[in-house]
Amino acid sequence: MKKILSISFAIISITVLTSCYNRVSVAVKEVQTVTPQSLSPVKSEKKMISIDGGSYMGFLGKDSGRVVQVKSFQIDESPVTNSEFLEFLKKNPQWTRSQVSGLYADDAYLHNWEGDYEIPKDAKPESPVTNISWFAAEAYAKSVGKRLPTIDEWEYAALADENSKDASGKPEFTQYILNSYQKKGMYREAIKQQKPNYYGLYDLYGMVWEWTEDFNSVMISGESRNDSSKNESLFCSGAAVTTSDLTNYAAFMRYAMRGSLKADYSVNNLGFRCAKDL
Amino acid sequence: MKPLFRTLIILALVTMGACKQNSSYYADSGVNGENIKTDGTTQVMDLVAPPFVPAAVGERSAKKLIVTLEILEKVGELADGTQYNFWTFNGTVPGTFIRARVGDEIELHLKNNENNNLPHNIDLHAVNGPGGGAEASFVSPGKEGSFTFKALNPGLYVYHCATAPVGMHIANGMYGLILIEPEGGLPKVDKEFYIMQGDFYTKGKFGEKGLQEFDIDKAIDEHPEYVVFNGNTGSLLGDNELLVKTGETVRIFFGNGGPNLTSSLHLIGEIFDRVYVEGGTSITKNIQTTSVPAGGAVIAEFKADVPGEYVLVDHAIFRAFHKGALGKIKVTGEENSNVFKKNEPIKNAL
Repeated sequence: MKKILSISFAIISITVLTSCYNRVSVAVKEVQTVTPQSLSPVKSEKKMISIDGGSYMGFLGKDSGRVVQVKSFQIDESPVTNSEFLEFLKKNPQWTRSQVSGLYADDAYLHNWEGDYEIPKDAKPESPVTNISWFAAEAYAKSVGKRLPTIDEWEYAALADENSKDASGKPEFTQYILNSYQKKGMYREAIKQQKPNYYGLYDLYGMVWEWTEDFNSVMISGESRNDSSKNESLFCSGAAVTTSDLTNYAAFMRYAMRGSLKADYSVNNLGFRCAKDL
Repeated sequence: MKPLFRTLIILALVTMGACKQNSSYYADSGVNGENIKTDGTTQVMDLVAPPFVPAAVGERSAKKLIVTLEILEKVGELADGTQYNFWTFNGTVPGTFIRARVGDEIELHLKNNENNNLPHNIDLHAVNGPGGGAEASFVSPGKEGSFTFKALNPGLYVYHCATAPVGMHIANGMYGLILIEPEGGLPKVDKEFYIMQGDFYTKGKFGEKGLQEFDIDKAIDEHPEYVVFNGNTGSLLGDNELLVKTGETVRIFFGNGGPNLTSSLHLIGEIFDRVYVEGGTSITKNIQTTSVPAGGAVIAEFKADVPGEYVLVDHAIFRAFHKGALGKIKVTGEENSNVFKKNEPIKNAL
């Protein structure tokens, strides 16, 4: 009697558990179809440059003062343009201005486009696409079989000036970058008008800020509990204590810009380029 | 019984003494702003450009005050023929003067114009709260942030942008003053002016024409090319001289945005009858020159006695005559030979 009871109990519990599991997995599937995970692939003609891995001094936060290792990677030679993004929208209308989910883009998303499939009047097809959220940038990257660069990859590739891999020691280079950050409306110009850097990368400076994969790691210390010994923020004294190079004002400005963003934000002078593992 | 009675009395006295000490913290500084209740109404603050200020608060009760500042990055004149990329609150250097009274609940809205390149925020020295509001107001271009703070302490305070790199944001002109008037307001005067000193660090030397770049090395070494009032060598000269009549009482709200230098504020030809030390509540009298630290302010008052041109300077005198720390107050009206009289030339005894 006992044996029958225990066996039947086992059978019943297994049935109940598996049916629960089935129900749960169905629920998960339903959620998946609601989100725009389904992307139609898009072909990208954009040239990518291979960057040999290396190391550089982390600028801010948990890596500050530490040597950061960067693995070899590929990166787009220039920012994604209006015409390239338009190709993506034609294949993926769920990312047009009228259809995009409010979870993935704020009110300013593509606000200066003339229509769902019409680029801004005052910009060119070859201008960098802006007013796209991080979610949109991620989706584009996925659709072309790429991803967004990490902060480390971006900063590493951007150490180079025209003639050398690492111009971070040259004050003229910092001054050049600082000045480029003050030019207004450069997002209306076509890409690749300026000389490329040592690697052949165009417009890392003087055009648009660029989304990175981990842009919001700037405001988060590596420690999930509050690290009481260091103030990781970028305000007033915080940055003065935790940066590795206090004169690198250009880097300060980039990190401050990253820190001010939320993933659904659209900003006039914020675009992106893609990267890929080697 | 007797010893117990004695102990009780001592205990009572000690407790009363402790209580007294608590309330005397606020009694010394004048008021506990936290206990002041607002009257339930809301007022939007008038935006007035420097060197002028909004109307005095007078006798009004504490209210909810809404203040909106929009950040504009724009090229402007630093000197005749010399331009600079200013970062401004409401398009002026210094930014709009904020005027409130103790106990007000100030709802500050900070807009970052969508055509700006950079994120910004604000730190008001009148705020009791983290970063002076900096975290709560950190905004990317095109966004708006807001926070509300209660004005607990009366006084004249600096506000400035606190986004990294902070030195550069301040050096480019992102500063202004906020006045928290005491209960009943400041005593009435005839004229009030708003002036802020700032040091500017340009690649080109003083007077070099054209658009000048910010020079980070000069800023770190504290070697400015320009030291000016209200963001321009000519802001208080020529047509922009401040106009006063004889017999009028004048109050100058003077701030020092820095970023680096301390100012030795002096009005040539006049004595400050009253100086609110460091913009606080203590009043010192009969002051010739008062020290205003970077990130500090002062309220200085005088009575215009004799007509003529009076020159406001930073008395670190080479700054006044070679870098632009110079402004003029023109006093018009009746001569007053009791106070000042030029005498007949004395003939030489040959």
